[in-house]
Amino acid sequence: MATQLQAINTLQYDSHRCIGCGMCATVCPHGVFAVESKRARLVRYETCMECGACQVNCPTQAITVDSGVGCAEAYIRGILTGSEPRCDNSCCGEGSNGRGCC
Amino acid sequence: MNALSPGHGPLADLFVTGIGPSAKNAPPPVPFSTDSQITWRQRWDHWQARWGYRRGDHRVPPGLYALGEPDHSSPVLVTANYTLSFDAVRAALAGHSCYLLVLDTKGVNVWCAAGKGTFGTDELVERVFSTGLHQIVDHRDLILPQLGATGVSAQLVRRHSGFRVIFGPVRAADIPAFLPQRKATPGMRRVTFTLVERLVLIPVEIVNTMLPMIVAGLVLYLLAGPVAALGVVAAVLTGTALFPLLLPWMPFHDFSANGFLLGGIVALACVWGLWPGAMPLDWVLALRMVGLLLGLPPVTAYLAMNFTGATPITSPSWVRREMKRYIPLMAVSAILGMVGVLWSAIAGWLGR
Repeated sequence: MATQLQAINTLQYDSHRCIGCGMCATVCPHGVFAVESKRARLVRYETCMECGACQVNCPTQAITVDSGVGCAEAYIRGILTGSEPRCDNSCCGEGSNGRGCC
Repeated sequence: MNALSPGHGPLADLFVTGIGPSAKNAPPPVPFSTDSQITWRQRWDHWQARWGYRRGDHRVPPGLYALGEPDHSSPVLVTANYTLSFDAVRAALAGHSCYLLVLDTKGVNVWCAAGKGTFGTDELVERVFSTGLHQIVDHRDLILPQLGATGVSAQLVRRHSGFRVIFGPVRAADIPAFLPQRKATPGMRRVTFTLVERLVLIPVEIVNTMLPMIVAGLVLYLLAGPVAALGVVAAVLTGTALFPLLLPWMPFHDFSANGFLLGGIVALACVWGLWPGAMPLDWVLALRMVGLLLGLPPVTAYLAMNFTGATPITSPSWVRREMKRYIPLMAVSAILGMVGVLWSAIAGWLGR
């Protein structure tokens, strides 16, 4: 089943820096974090899709994750044109009238 | 978060030092007025957006909107200037009085725009002051869609604007349930990928592959006849429409592997359609069959792999791994398939 995920992600969490504010648990759309006895814990690590919301909103930089473009098409275009893969150069940018994924 | 550096833009700094464009005594601009009605014209606009027609044109002007009859204590909800996003929020708020702060996301939905940084800390802080929101309401709470968190740092918004960011539910439909206690249930915090949510993505997938599909169909018709032409059309539609529908019931983890499976079924159906019924098999026909068996599955697999970018479950690491694993296989299989079909076509012509 496609939704049974293996851990394929770059999420790293340093629990020693956690102050238990719970922002990571609030912003994560996959319930990766849960706050238990005033400290965040990774409870569904394997479902992380590297959106980066937790990293952006962690006040103590306890979380790092390499988030970025998630479209294969953007990578392929990046390779073909020799540039960095960018979302707005491919399917969902403002300059892409008539095409779009999001 | 390589491309993003929320809160470090020049505008954020401007407001920290207090020399923003909104001079203290100037009256705030009058908010735009809106309601919760979705007109047929707007439904038509949504339909066009779903089909990818004039992709960049489904926008509302960014700014502050008054919905109902809000006063200085009414809640402020932040959204994107994509018509599908804005209309979902205001439709969900029927009967409520509140302010909608619409950020300029260039007509892109909240989550994608947050990933790009246009639904971001800088734009939010700038929009709070340029709309005079800080003079219009006397509280300091902004309710954001949870999926905006990828681009908005609550901490930096607080520091640069004095406003507290409260992340609301993922879906606009849950806002009325969220508002009274400002509490989201765990269910409101999770993204889903239901049948309907997958279904609405299919039109744009079909539109984006329409031209190559027609060209491939015509070329295969000339080279290998109507069954092969139908086969490639079926292989494309299987990747763009059937695969997204069947996703939860697919046996493999990797999208590309599932694409190979579905494409393989299409190719087998194609071979069955070409089967003459009598042995021995003509070698030209056999070569054509082998060509289709090798050439069609990678078409579906490639499209399935591309669908990773449209789901809320796949990570960039996952996408990169799939590309590394499957693109070589797709390329070899597709090239051998094309050689087989071409060879059989040439042999057929020469034999005639």
